[in-house]
Amino acid sequence: MRPILLSGHERALTQVKYSRDGDIIFSVSKDHVICAWFSINGERLGTYHGHQGALWTVDVDPSTTLLASGGADNTIRLWEVKTGRLLKTWDFPTAIKRVEFSPDGRRLLGVTEKRMGYLGTIVVFDIILEVDADQTNEPSLRIECTESKATVAGFSYVGKYIIAGHEDGTVSQYDAKTAEQYLNLTVHEPDIPITDLQWSADRTYFITASKDKTAKLVSAVDLEVLKTYVTDTPLNSAAITPVKDFVILGGGQAAMDVTTTSARQGKFEARFYHKIFEEEIGRVRGHFGPLNYVAVHPEGTGYCSGGEDGYVRVHHFDKAYFDFLYEVEREQAKI
Amino acid sequence: MAPSYDNLDAEEELDDIEIDYSDLRDAYEVRLEEGLDAFVVIDGLPIVNEEQKEKLIKFLLRKLNSVGKVKEDGVFMPLGDNGKSEGFAFVEFAAAEQAAAAVKQLHGTPLDKRHTIAVNKLTDIDRYGREGRIDDHYEPPYIEPFQEKEHLRSWLGDPSARDQFCMYRGDKVGVFWNEKEDPPEPAVDRDHWTDLFIQWSPLGTYLTSLHKQGVQLWGGKSWSRQSRFAHPGVRLVDFSPNEMFITTWSPEPIQVNENHPVLSLEEDGKNYIIWDVATCKPLRSFVTLDTPGPTTDEHGNPIRKKLQWPAFKWSADDKYVARMTQGQSISVYELPKMNLLDKASIKIEGVMDFEWAPASPRREGNRNYEQIFCYWTPELGSNPAKVGLMSIPSKEIIRTRNLFNVSDAKLHWQSDAKFVCVKVDRHSKSKKSLATNLEIFRVEEKGVPVEVVDSIKDTVINFSWEPKGDRFVLITTPEIPANTAVPPKTSVAFFCPEKAKGNAVGNFKHIRTIDKKNSNSIYWGPKGRFVVVATIQNQSSFDLDFWDLDFEGERDEKDKDLTANLQLMGSGEHYGITDVEWDPTGRYLITSSSWWKHQMENGYHLYDFRGTLLREEHIEGFKQIAWRKRPPTLLSKDQQKDVRKKLRDYSKEFEAEDLAKKNTATRAVVEHRRRLLEEWNAWRQRVMEDLEDEGVDPEDLRGPQDGKEGEEPEEGQVVEEIVEEIIKETEEVVG
Repeated sequence: MRPILLSGHERALTQVKYSRDGDIIFSVSKDHVICAWFSINGERLGTYHGHQGALWTVDVDPSTTLLASGGADNTIRLWEVKTGRLLKTWDFPTAIKRVEFSPDGRRLLGVTEKRMGYLGTIVVFDIILEVDADQTNEPSLRIECTESKATVAGFSYVGKYIIAGHEDGTVSQYDAKTAEQYLNLTVHEPDIPITDLQWSADRTYFITASKDKTAKLVSAVDLEVLKTYVTDTPLNSAAITPVKDFVILGGGQAAMDVTTTSARQGKFEARFYHKIFEEEIGRVRGHFGPLNYVAVHPEGTGYCSGGEDGYVRVHHFDKAYFDFLYEVEREQAKI
Repeated sequence: MAPSYDNLDAEEELDDIEIDYSDLRDAYEVRLEEGLDAFVVIDGLPIVNEEQKEKLIKFLLRKLNSVGKVKEDGVFMPLGDNGKSEGFAFVEFAAAEQAAAAVKQLHGTPLDKRHTIAVNKLTDIDRYGREGRIDDHYEPPYIEPFQEKEHLRSWLGDPSARDQFCMYRGDKVGVFWNEKEDPPEPAVDRDHWTDLFIQWSPLGTYLTSLHKQGVQLWGGKSWSRQSRFAHPGVRLVDFSPNEMFITTWSPEPIQVNENHPVLSLEEDGKNYIIWDVATCKPLRSFVTLDTPGPTTDEHGNPIRKKLQWPAFKWSADDKYVARMTQGQSISVYELPKMNLLDKASIKIEGVMDFEWAPASPRREGNRNYEQIFCYWTPELGSNPAKVGLMSIPSKEIIRTRNLFNVSDAKLHWQSDAKFVCVKVDRHSKSKKSLATNLEIFRVEEKGVPVEVVDSIKDTVINFSWEPKGDRFVLITTPEIPANTAVPPKTSVAFFCPEKAKGNAVGNFKHIRTIDKKNSNSIYWGPKGRFVVVATIQNQSSFDLDFWDLDFEGERDEKDKDLTANLQLMGSGEHYGITDVEWDPTGRYLITSSSWWKHQMENGYHLYDFRGTLLREEHIEGFKQIAWRKRPPTLLSKDQQKDVRKKLRDYSKEFEAEDLAKKNTATRAVVEHRRRLLEEWNAWRQRVMEDLEDEGVDPEDLRGPQDGKEGEEPEEGQVVEEIVEEIIKETEEVVG
């Protein structure tokens, strides 16, 4: 499993995303540029220029037509994937920490930062899935986070709920149409921020990563914690693998402490845990800074990680990865 | 229960008001200065008449003046009506302290066969002997009913002979049973059990905890407190080899007020206290001796001197404890009275260091019971440096040896006191280069012959005897070039005696040297044969090498005359390693990385003696791990031999047991996993059913599918990529 090293960014990576087909990887970093890469060989397809500040987040719609990005220049921008053309810019009073398309691609969600007297909000725009369409200016939905700001958010299965992870370690469930809050539960250690929230393939459950050194598998329906994965380092990201019942966790020593510690102590490794048994299976080394994001190929054939060190590492799984089974899983498979 | 010193017996909830304090008030009532503190009363004197009185007073004065100065005409011996004395006398000393000293030292001294004097303070007589203070009726003292104490060695009765270790992490201290690969089984785990660190007593009976107020010993099955020693500010503690006595030390002198329940004024201003473990009473206290030499460096900054620890060194049988006054003398005290042996320190001019033999030595042609210590003195003027062996209590010097050009020397006893190796760092005449000689004294042989190993070119930085054996390992390093950041490479050298006839131990020969290592520490297995050479507390290397000195395989031709067959069994690496310890049986080795030294990957590794990593655990705030020691076996030599003979049969039993345990363990794990998997599948099914009830088509869950609109899925597109790779490039000059 020799990784492909994508070295196109000049600063720390903040998010990496696969397209729905898994053929293209989009990456954003603090250097203001979005890059698109072929996942199969790591060749760069192109870049998207226009943002005026560090980028925090990127997402692509399921048909790989439109690309949304958000960053510290207080804008969400919509791009044409194919040409790199800027289609739309939404301005906000504060930075954008997270964007995500709904499963059908017809809605776009953005999480805004709490700063300068503005509360953190979650906004939703209705999107017309056509390149030349005139996109709406006003959000169709606004959720204000009065208790604790949202750090991450996403749409559940069929876009029914909006699930948000908060800075105080709680997760809340909103109705995606009415913005009514159904649930707010403390999932992680109180007052330790949730850093990532990624979905299972069918979006009925999701995984959260937190600085409290754990990742949790949570049901989207009732926010019940199904599994807990305990590590020894603050986590920045967690992903669920299709095909195999694994989860991949990434993190490491906080970026500000890195220069004072050795790579070994930083624990800059991608960790594989068994999703159901909660046991660690293996680690993948390589980054020399903390992992800021891990993303899994939608077909489950590989994963990529973006690090504070400015590199994206793309891994294609070997046969051994697919052959690996616990005894009880093998039993189950036979039946 | 948090067993800190403050709230030890917290379970007894007491109501302040109901307590009768009168006994305490009587005992501790603050006494005002009465001006009579310099007076003592001597009782139990012989009855004398007028003429004999002068003689008796003269006799008494001789005794009294040995502890203080009696005032002129300070002895008043009243005569009764019949012209005879009453058997008592009043004495006035020049100062109250002298009176106190007289009470302390003279009380109960016999004058002759029939008379033993009782010396008491006048104020005390008034305090305790006043009318009404003494009940006319004799009441026998209340004797506490006998309470069965827990067996302090119960852990040795473990059916599978597991060993225990104690672990200090965060604020918690726990004792665990070693379970090899599996998580250790906790025996006890408590919060805030110690303030500083933990320590096992030398035979493993007690667990020692250190607190601001003193030292506590814990033991027995319920881990109850066995004893406590009040030494405010205690920082270090040291046991005598047989756990009979304990030394405590604090950097700050102890401050005792008169009403302290355990300590008396005697202990005031002292740093060391030697205690009797059985009674928990202090035996004697001492102040820290400063090592001679300048106290400030050339810039006038105070030099922080390294504390000699233990300063009080115990003989192997707990009968003597000795302390050196560097450059002058060694003071040997006899236990349990703690009196100076023959009332004088042993003068050894220039003495730099000394070590007791770790066992009672058996010397050829000497049947007397003696303990030995070894000492060395540097070159003084034209006298050469000297190493000596002195026998105690006879103070006979058994052997001395003169040495030249000595920079430093270290004394290493072999564990049975068969040999003592003096590692002598010698400088060349120009004093520019250093080399090390080993002077090995064969203590058990007639005349204590000395063998010199002078084949070592470099400086020896570490030396270690095989316990209960006669082989040793040393680590050498070449001269350190000035201004280099990287420490020089080290070499590890193994030595053993040649084969000799009979039981004799042949000459020490070099077996092998392993060059280009970083190793700096040697850890012999407690039963000998196996040794681990490690690099600890190093920034860049963390290796461990496991050696066997009696390898049972093929023997090298050149080693055929040696009593060892060296073989590297395994190697390991433990990042950030700070400590290494063998378990008391020599089966397992724990390496640890302590939070005290650095904050990187704190935790421990457990190896077996071959170097196979059995278990590693990272624990946040991990500070200390220590194996519980074991007392020596109670089996006789023959019984031990018998066990060794039947080892194969026994091991079958144990292997079967291990296997059974493993099988049940695996079965439990598999069972657990199966349950998890079933639960998960059931949950998934439930979710899917619920979704269907909601009217969600499972097909929609993955978002809009390509080809759903009826178009045929495209054939996989073939992307051709040409990769050029230069295999070889040659350049030829044509012409």
